Amino acid sequence: MAEQITFIIGSILALGAGFIVVTNRNLFHGALALMISFLGVAAIYLSLDAGFLAAAQLLIYIGAISILIIFAIMLTRRMMQTTEDPFNSQFLLALAASVTVFAILFSAIVYVWPLTASNSVPLAAKTAVADAVLQDTVVNLGSAFVGADGYVIPFELASILLLAAMVGAIIVAWPKPEDVA
Amino acid sequence: MTPGQIALRALIVGFIIAFAVITGFAYTTLLERKLLARLQARIGPNRAGYIPIPRRGGGKERKLLAGFMQPAADAVKLFFKEDPQPTMVDSWVYNLAPMLAVIPAVVILAVIPWAGKINIFGAVFEPYFAIAPGLNVAVMFFLAITSIGVYGVALAGWASNSKYAVLGGIRASAQMISYELALGMSVLVPIMIADSMDLGVIVEAQRGGWFIFLQPLAAFVFFVGALAELQRAPFDLLEAEQELSAGYTVEYAGMRFGMFFLAEYMKMISFSALTAVFFLGGYRGPFVDQVPALGFVYIILKIFILLCVMIWVRASLPRLRYDQLMSFGWKVLLPISVLNFLLTAIFIVLAQEGFLF
Repeated sequence: MAEQITFIIGSILALGAGFIVVTNRNLFHGALALMISFLGVAAIYLSLDAGFLAAAQLLIYIGAISILIIFAIMLTRRMMQTTEDPFNSQFLLALAASVTVFAILFSAIVYVWPLTASNSVPLAAKTAVADAVLQDTVVNLGSAFVGADGYVIPFELASILLLAAMVGAIIVAWPKPEDVA
Repeated sequence: MTPGQIALRALIVGFIIAFAVITGFAYTTLLERKLLARLQARIGPNRAGYIPIPRRGGGKERKLLAGFMQPAADAVKLFFKEDPQPTMVDSWVYNLAPMLAVIPAVVILAVIPWAGKINIFGAVFEPYFAIAPGLNVAVMFFLAITSIGVYGVALAGWASNSKYAVLGGIRASAQMISYELALGMSVLVPIMIADSMDLGVIVEAQRGGWFIFLQPLAAFVFFVGALAELQRAPFDLLEAEQELSAGYTVEYAGMRFGMFFLAEYMKMISFSALTAVFFLGGYRGPFVDQVPALGFVYIILKIFILLCVMIWVRASLPRLRYDQLMSFGWKVLLPISVLNFLLTAIFIVLAQEGFLF
């Protein structure tokens, strides 16, 4: 029961705010609605017993990425002149891409996932992970990330990618020689 | 317990703690005014409310606790002030910003442990007394909610449609985002020593000795980061009156202005509580195992001392310049905390593998 309530609240937040993001003409309000949408996704993570993911969602998406978007709007536009037409020349392509992604995810959940989980009823099993994993998700997550028999190579690859992005950002922001003089 | 019972208990405990902390907020303002005044050789507010004690043999009566009704007087004043809304503001965001400032300040209270395992009128609180006890990602939760605190400030600055407010808001958000890194890095050290992100486990791990003695550097970085995160002196340059009039709050009046202050002082209380939990043994103290109710006394005492230190710092240190603030955060605090983190990690692994001692 509690899981259903969390799920319903989370999905209403995520989908309703997502709808506002794409239809609202005010860019700043759209960015705020995006933050609410991320909050809804965090609530869904919680209902799936993924507390660490939920906290990471709050920390990274709401605490960092949405703030970055809001900063960009604050610093690049004239104040209060943030109304935009939500449709631009790419909207048909974007529509096609998002419909494709939705179709792939939907078919994966409905047809492929029940075969891998022990439960044969689609969309009924709570989670496809073992109970032992749910006992202490943080410890298991940590040892899976850096354990030799875990995901240490993808983890290190992701860190190298992040490091490269950071170096790139510093080089972009580095003052050019003619500016310094 | 069923999920319904857990939710009901969290709700009741949450109400009690939230109201206690709001009362605490009111008296923190009085403490700040009184203590600042004393440190500057003034008397401070002493008119609103006192307990009259008649003198033997007539004469003028003595006034005990003069000024203890000052917070109530301040609140009444704020409520009855005119609350004008400038015409060209973004009305939605303008009204949302004070709420977004207060909500994270209240939500942080959820994870703070106030006492150990305790039995209150037959209700057993285990493993410890908190709104959400036993949360295994409590530290992540605290960092996440802290980072949401930036919204109130940034939105207030932007929605006011005023250049002073925008500058104050941008300064504040940049400052909070910069110091969050050092804060997060210094929190990792107690996590590694206690081997858990559960605040109750971190407190119990300090049974042998407080982490401030093991890790004075991490405690220092955490406290300085907390001061910057709270925009307290010496990092209060976003409300530098000489440069920005009052920063992001300049277009707010009445209780909407009061809500930013509510958020600031409530965060002062919760950051003091978190400093106590991470580095000063939380609710632990002498005889707390025999009498668990002493836990409330100890943590409140530690919060009080830390609040006094924050006010003392405000009375002693001048405000930093913006470039000094940024270079201190990025070039001093962050490298110190990363180095401390690395050394502690190496030390712990060596000790576990038996290369030490």
